[in-house]
Amino acid sequence: MGNPDLAAAQKAEAFVVFDRVQKSYDGETLVVKDLNLSLPKGEFLTMLGPSGSGKTTCLMMLAGFETATHGEILLDGRPINNIPPHKRGIGMVFQNYALFPHMTVAENLSFPLEVRGLGRAAREEKITRALDMVKMGAFANRRPAQLSGGQQQRIALARALVFQPELVLMDEPLGALDKQLREHMQFEITRLAHDLGITTVYVTHDQTEALTMSDRVAVFNDGVIQQLAPPAELYEKPQNSFVAQFIGENNTLEGVVAEMGDGTCVVRLDDGGLIDAVPVNVTRVGERTRVSIRPERVEMNAARLQPGAHTLKAVVREFIYMGDIFRTRLSVAGNDEFIIKTRNAPDALRLEPGAEIDIGWLPQDCRALDA
Amino acid sequence: MAEILTTADGRPLKAALQAAQARAKRRAFWLVAPLLLFVLLTFVAPIGQMLVRSAHNDGFSAHMPRLTAWFAANPGAADDAAWEALALDLQDSAVAKTSGIVGTRVNYELSGTRSLFTSTARKAKDFAPPYREALLKADKDWDDPALWGVMRQVSQAYSGNFFLAAADLARDADGTIVQVPEDRRVYVNLFVKTFVLAGVITLTCLILAYPVAHLLATLPMRWSNLLMILVLLPFWTSLLVRTTSWMVLLQQQGVINNMMVAAGIIGEDGRIAMMYNQTGTIIAMTHILLPFMILPLYSVMKTIPPSYARAARSLGATSWTTFRRIYLPQTLPGIGAGSLLVFILAVGYYITPALVGGASGQLISNLIAFHMQDSLNWSLAAALAAILLALVLVLYWLYDRLIGIDNLKLG
Repeated sequence: MGNPDLAAAQKAEAFVVFDRVQKSYDGETLVVKDLNLSLPKGEFLTMLGPSGSGKTTCLMMLAGFETATHGEILLDGRPINNIPPHKRGIGMVFQNYALFPHMTVAENLSFPLEVRGLGRAAREEKITRALDMVKMGAFANRRPAQLSGGQQQRIALARALVFQPELVLMDEPLGALDKQLREHMQFEITRLAHDLGITTVYVTHDQTEALTMSDRVAVFNDGVIQQLAPPAELYEKPQNSFVAQFIGENNTLEGVVAEMGDGTCVVRLDDGGLIDAVPVNVTRVGERTRVSIRPERVEMNAARLQPGAHTLKAVVREFIYMGDIFRTRLSVAGNDEFIIKTRNAPDALRLEPGAEIDIGWLPQDCRALDA
Repeated sequence: MAEILTTADGRPLKAALQAAQARAKRRAFWLVAPLLLFVLLTFVAPIGQMLVRSAHNDGFSAHMPRLTAWFAANPGAADDAAWEALALDLQDSAVAKTSGIVGTRVNYELSGTRSLFTSTARKAKDFAPPYREALLKADKDWDDPALWGVMRQVSQAYSGNFFLAAADLARDADGTIVQVPEDRRVYVNLFVKTFVLAGVITLTCLILAYPVAHLLATLPMRWSNLLMILVLLPFWTSLLVRTTSWMVLLQQQGVINNMMVAAGIIGEDGRIAMMYNQTGTIIAMTHILLPFMILPLYSVMKTIPPSYARAARSLGATSWTTFRRIYLPQTLPGIGAGSLLVFILAVGYYITPALVGGASGQLISNLIAFHMQDSLNWSLAAALAAILLALVLVLYWLYDRLIGIDNLKLG
């Protein structure tokens, strides 16, 4: 977070805290390296990363199925390292839903209430409310096997929420659904989480899911949080090459810092071309860097650029019509996979392969990152 | 009114479909035909013959045709015609050397009568009217009304007498069904004991197998493979070897007793009898049948993802509640399959009880073997086996009613 006051305030009212947490399974390699993370109450945080990045391990440590090798996890100010999972009161939605196959939907929902010793009337009331919440009231007496994937997903959600936990963990809950259903459920889960005011930790490897659902996203790689930021900041201001590559589509060009200014720099690409960029992980002239530009921020119309802006020569390799957008593949400074996305507007250019054009961008859209 | 669907050239669709599939079906039939023939010849036919034999024995009626005909025609006490039929039949059987067969058949129902037939048949060629006096002169036991009652019963080739005998019942001279004297009632008690022992063995197998199967299903591959080999190793060893090694371990001068004496747990004169009794049968059979419980349990547990238990824990259940309400119910198909398998195998087990069972550890199958090999009363053996088969089928039916056979998972 850019604002230290805000960060301090969040720390003070933090609901979930990972304090210098490390985890190793075999005593030789760390799966999670020095994790520090704090969530205020009511936040929807997504842990995003490729498989093996340590995100699921973090979730399992929070749920109590794995123990931290070092460091402390606090829930509502209490250290929970030694509290068994069933006493943590954390709702959890599993990747394969984990609905008990030998119980009906209502029995599945009743289970967490029964183990908490609730009476029949209270149980039935809560079950009805939870099922109505996910619009599955008519399915109380079905078995999980008789439900579609999306319906099972809703029941799993209702079961995780029926005992009114303050914290809900979700481990890639939408992975098994088809695209349309997934988008619908993304919306529904965020709506429920916000309406109920529950704190949510959501694990996924799908960056679209992370961007559309979360208040903040923690990008994991190699056991370390690469960047922790709200979605827009993550997409527009990636802090390093990994984040830039992992989130959204991204063009990279490699070169050396040629000039360093105040908040801008000039990068000399390997083929000699010069471009303007924002220095992010570079501090001095002569340093190698990898610059990142989003495909939709590349400008083909030189007239729209700032006067004096650097431009590059590009050769069109391929033009792909995708309906709402055009994808144009270019050769730029030795990179044959340079992509431009343009909106299918009435005045949009349709470039033929082989055409030579000049491209440029606003300096703030081009970020000079670690090499 | 549904109209009949036809193919493009007007043939009814169903007939066309059948014709199209007939070739494939014929080919499939020829593929299974050898197995079908094998099963029919070596399994269905012998079992059918055994079942017939349990209710059909023509040892008397085939070799005593005149007397059999007389019994069929006359319901009353023996008259001169009956004595004449008996004497002439005995003469014929002496020539055909079948008096032993006849005597054996009667002897099943009334013991001590086999020699009556064989010795009388030896003198039969001199018989002349009046036959009653001639026969009584040969042996005065021929006047016994009980003998005549029994002969009337055995003259019927088809009879339920062997089943009665297998249930410790018999017909008295009037043909009413009564219990046999107390000192000769063996079969019912033995059936009960067989089922109780099989139940105990099934239960101990289940208790021992459940944790092992769970370990097999949850350990990392490297360890579970090793464990699986240990489970299967006894399977690859001869049953006889395993049973005799139990004899080495369990006998009074055996390894276990020696170790306990050496350790001072028991005195030299306090050696425990762990063999030649029910304990030996239970120990050895539990060990031998254990894999049959472990494997179905394992195959069911393997399919239960660990996320169910995790879900239950996250929902607030203690580990015991998780086991009782989530894990155990999901392993029921395996428990059912393993128990049914072990129980049915145990009920019919023969070698192990014969070797380590002693007198009190014998099961019904040992008695069936006795009647097959020693007393040569095959009909009684067949009747006992048929009852055993029927009881097992009843159990199977009960299982289907209570748990459902489609819940069974053998592997």
